[in-house]
Amino acid sequence: MKFTLLINEGPYQHQASDTAYQFAKAALAKGHEIYRVFFYNDGVNNATRLAIPPQDDRNITENWAALAKEHELDMVVCIAAAQRRGMLDADEAGRQGKDADNIHPAFRISGLGQLVEGGIQADRLLTFGD
Amino acid sequence: MAMLHTVNKSPFERNSLNSCLSKSKEGSTILLIEDAVVGALKGTIVADKLTAAVANKNVCVLGSDLNTRGFTEADIIDGIKIVDYAGFVDLVAEHSNVQSWL
Repeated sequence: MKFTLLINEGPYQHQASDTAYQFAKAALAKGHEIYRVFFYNDGVNNATRLAIPPQDDRNITENWAALAKEHELDMVVCIAAAQRRGMLDADEAGRQGKDADNIHPAFRISGLGQLVEGGIQADRLLTFGD
Repeated sequence: MAMLHTVNKSPFERNSLNSCLSKSKEGSTILLIEDAVVGALKGTIVADKLTAAVANKNVCVLGSDLNTRGFTEADIIDGIKIVDYAGFVDLVAEHSNVQSWL
């Protein structure tokens, strides 16, 4: 079965990103497919490559990145939500004339259409967040 | 096919569990995750509503979130089932769609 996951909450806020990650791992272990993980609203902050959590804590961004690498997950950050929050990849930083970028290369920026398409293409759409 | 409802906030913080209990149909499944697991405990102000829900709905709680908060099977209302993440995945697959009460 194909799942699309929507994450609306930032990392280390409550537990949404952790739950979604554990769900994704369990689904993949059972042979299901994660069609897309869409990061929206404060959820875009899960994509920062600059976070440095304490060494005895989980690194949410790196966990997602590792899972994405292993299973070739499509992890999409909403561009409008990202730009409002100062989340830019190198291309966007150049286009907007900013001097830095902070989105992890495991994630890609795109629009809300990717959420709609993810909902259509997947058998189930699950929301995690506030 | 029946619907799966997930609730992730404590009933002592938000009204989402109450909304879920009053809107969900008989035969549907309610899965308590994250802070909502405290809604499954015995002796709270919402316990009567959960006990009533168990009679005609499938009520489950995510075991790891329950244990993380210091509770075990002995603390929860009779009839509420404990599932793990694999069980969560199965519930999603077995139901026609998922409503997340946030």
